[in-house]
Amino acid sequence: MPAYYLEALTVTLGIVLLMAEAFVPSKAKGWVGIAGAIGLAGILGLTCLAIGPDAKPDAAWAKWPLWNFYTFDGLARFYKIFSLLCTLLVLLMGVDYRKVLVQFTDHPGSEAGTGEYHVLPVFACAGMMWLASARDLAGAFVALELVTITFYILVSYMRRNIGSLEAGVKYLILGALSTGFLVYGIGWIYGSTGTMNLLEIGNRLRESVMFSSVPIISGLFTIHQTPLLFGVALVMVGLGFKVGAVPMQIWIPDVYQGAPTPTTAFLSVGSKAAGFILMIRFLEPFLASPVTRGPVLGLLGVLACATLLFGNLAAIAQTNFKRLLAYSSIAHAGFLLLALAAWQPSDSELTSTLVVSFYLATYLLMTLGVFFVLAQVRIQRDGENITDFNGLGTTNPRLALALTVLLAALAGVPLTAGFIGKFFVFFLAVDSHLWWPVGIATIAAAAGFYYYFKVIRAIWWMPPADATPISLPPISAACIAVLTTAVLLFGIWPQPIWALLR
Amino acid sequence: MLALIVFLPLAAFLAILLGSPARLTAIGAAALNLGLALYAAATWHCPCWGVFSVPVLAKPAINLAFGFPDGMSAVMVLLTAIVTLAAVLSGKAPEGRETLYYGSSLLLSCGALGAFAATDMFFFYAFHELALIPTFLMIGILGRGERRAAAWKITIYLGLGSIVLLAGLVWLAGLTGTFDMSKMADAGRIDPVAQKGIAGLLIVGFGTLVSLFPFHSWAAPAYASAPAPIAMLHAGVLKKFGLYGLLRLAIPLVPDGLEAWLNPLLLLLLGNILWVGYVTVSQKRLDLMLGNSSVMHMGYIFLAVAALIAFPENPLARSAAIVLMFAHGISIALLFGLADRIERSTGSIDLADLGGLGKSAPALAFMFGIAAMASIGLPGLANFAGEVLVFLAAFKSYDGTSGLGPVQITCILSIWGVVISAVYMLRAYRNIFQGPAGTLTCSAPDITITDRIPALLLIVVLLAVGLYPNILLNLLK
Repeated sequence: MPAYYLEALTVTLGIVLLMAEAFVPSKAKGWVGIAGAIGLAGILGLTCLAIGPDAKPDAAWAKWPLWNFYTFDGLARFYKIFSLLCTLLVLLMGVDYRKVLVQFTDHPGSEAGTGEYHVLPVFACAGMMWLASARDLAGAFVALELVTITFYILVSYMRRNIGSLEAGVKYLILGALSTGFLVYGIGWIYGSTGTMNLLEIGNRLRESVMFSSVPIISGLFTIHQTPLLFGVALVMVGLGFKVGAVPMQIWIPDVYQGAPTPTTAFLSVGSKAAGFILMIRFLEPFLASPVTRGPVLGLLGVLACATLLFGNLAAIAQTNFKRLLAYSSIAHAGFLLLALAAWQPSDSELTSTLVVSFYLATYLLMTLGVFFVLAQVRIQRDGENITDFNGLGTTNPRLALALTVLLAALAGVPLTAGFIGKFFVFFLAVDSHLWWPVGIATIAAAAGFYYYFKVIRAIWWMPPADATPISLPPISAACIAVLTTAVLLFGIWPQPIWALLR
Repeated sequence: MLALIVFLPLAAFLAILLGSPARLTAIGAAALNLGLALYAAATWHCPCWGVFSVPVLAKPAINLAFGFPDGMSAVMVLLTAIVTLAAVLSGKAPEGRETLYYGSSLLLSCGALGAFAATDMFFFYAFHELALIPTFLMIGILGRGERRAAAWKITIYLGLGSIVLLAGLVWLAGLTGTFDMSKMADAGRIDPVAQKGIAGLLIVGFGTLVSLFPFHSWAAPAYASAPAPIAMLHAGVLKKFGLYGLLRLAIPLVPDGLEAWLNPLLLLLLGNILWVGYVTVSQKRLDLMLGNSSVMHMGYIFLAVAALIAFPENPLARSAAIVLMFAHGISIALLFGLADRIERSTGSIDLADLGGLGKSAPALAFMFGIAAMASIGLPGLANFAGEVLVFLAAFKSYDGTSGLGPVQITCILSIWGVVISAVYMLRAYRNIFQGPAGTLTCSAPDITITDRIPALLLIVVLLAVGLYPNILLNLLK
């Protein structure tokens, strides 16, 4: 099965669900989300059948020009699985989150206006899946916009909630601004290399170096470094918005706090991963060329340090748990950027691409697990502050244990999946002799330890304000149990994720 | 086989979670483990202990592997097993919290055993962290007094220390290109500048975990607040992880780097012995006094480490450090266990409230007396053997012609610490057990027969090693 069927099926699933949703009675909108999750699970199963043109060079489809825009390698498959899994979990989270949604839609108390909320993530998922395969800046841009525009709606979905609206406006304005930077940067790159195809850009850069010393024809292949780097920097600004790199992180805390919790989870995992896969694909040719490697690595290093410091230090003072998670998502972006700044090309044992992908996989498990718990606390305690978690250890010992494991994993405690991700980032950075960033990352990890344990402290050491236990609906309970087990399992035995990546 | 010893407490923990009777399961597992550990220590030369190795990650190679690279690991595993059994025997869980209480003791034991038996650096570090989490939680949930502040402090201190340590370990692994601790030395001599950096990180990282002055202030309040088994296990066993790490990794791999830090290290260990010694003298509560005394005694082990740094071909220093680690682990566990008995019997731990307890509780007085004497370093008990070896090791290379080196001067100054510990221990003994009995102590019950078992177990070990230290020294050969 050609790989692009996966995206086609996902979009089809979205359209079918959107049409069917109109006929679903307003009491049963939750089933739309469950149907979507089942559909995505089916597509997830199909990913193991998907093949690229190399596997079947004789087929008619293998000769299509599509493959100039679209690639299917191990990385693409990994990120397609990642997007599908993330969307699936977000849909399931949304099913239980209807209780909050119905308070703030057009018909308070009725589910009539909530149907689309369960469908839109599927479209975003299709965009993320395309991004994983993007090989051409124009195609990548279209896919990225599909993701972003879907998020504009999802963020401001609770339209009678002032926080959600504020988040929507902020995200719209800053998202549009970042899109502008991105397109402008692509324009500069096109202007200096004459192509938008990333493979071609790599070739041009190689040729310009190869022929630079040949007297007569060198002029034909010259690439002017300044405009090219200007373009790269602009694209990095645009992508920096998506992944939440400082100083383009301004929107994150407010948008994360205001958006419905499943959307926040989707933003912090799916959207961030999409930004990183695009960043990897985009930077690969520039990091391979000796002309541009130095400045690009310098830029990444500065971004990584600033993001690590800001994300972790600003998180210390937070009292709202959702906002804390927003800063934590900035902090994790810092570690991911550090792995990119310590660029190890594809022929080394531990490449930056592997480490970033592995880190994101563990980040998905931990973060979505925490958001599942947060969504239930929001529904049943009507609050998202750290104090709302007080005494969870006495009212819900098992839920508290799961949340402790997940938070410890986010902090990077050994024998959890989160530690292995951080460990490899440190390992790469030390291998590349990035001493200053390593020092900053150490401080950042220490700060992370502090603010995640602040929540653990509230869970176990503080007396509960409300003694009624939180009752978990079956879907959330199952998801939390699976995610927590996975965090522990991959913390001791990371080989399965590793095998998926190779 | 060694994996069985490491994972037996974990299996017991899971069994308790699934509903098996907590106290009984914990005691059974700990007793079984002690038997296995004794057998393992007696036969550690056999290569059969090192066969367990499960690849966790193919590239870069990380293995979940256990083994005894030398006698030091065997001694530490034995120490852990002994203290674990004593800790679960002497613990008394509050009503309804048995699962948490015994479960976390077992988890702590599993982490410590794993850290001492692991041959892969990744798991060496990871198992220690696994043991820290139940420590933090137990102090915060079931501790006494200012438990939240104490638990928060130990969490932050040890969390930061671990991260500094991690930076040093990752640097070391990056330079040697392997995570297998036995193969790290094959990578050749590490560049001296890097050695200095790594050694600095390791001293601060491991040092924080062992409460090296001035990173020690977490220890006394944490031990004072911790439930008895946690205090016994952490002060007795887990804290030794830092010293074990210095001996296992730092001394063989970065000797030049450590030498550059020798003088600062000597100053810091004097801080442990003299400064914290005086702090200990002025304590008014038994638990705080014991916590501070455990910090103080770490100074002697650091002195042995320093002697080993200064004269690398000094076999005495290594043995001295290991014997003293073992002896201190047993004696401090005994002291914390008995302090808990005193508090349970009289309801107070304040030295001013107690007095005359020796009349109503003679057995308790006798046992505490032995523990106190051991801690002071009376001949015939294990600590004496350790301390004498340390002092001898420090003077090993002194030939009387070249004048006193910094290690010898430090040694002479630190002998004053023996006097300090005699002062506070004897004073505490007098305040608690002698003099006229007060309202709390005149009718206090004596230590029960079941509570005597763990104390006797530890006393027998102290006497055995004290009278015949070759039991341990032969293991190290």
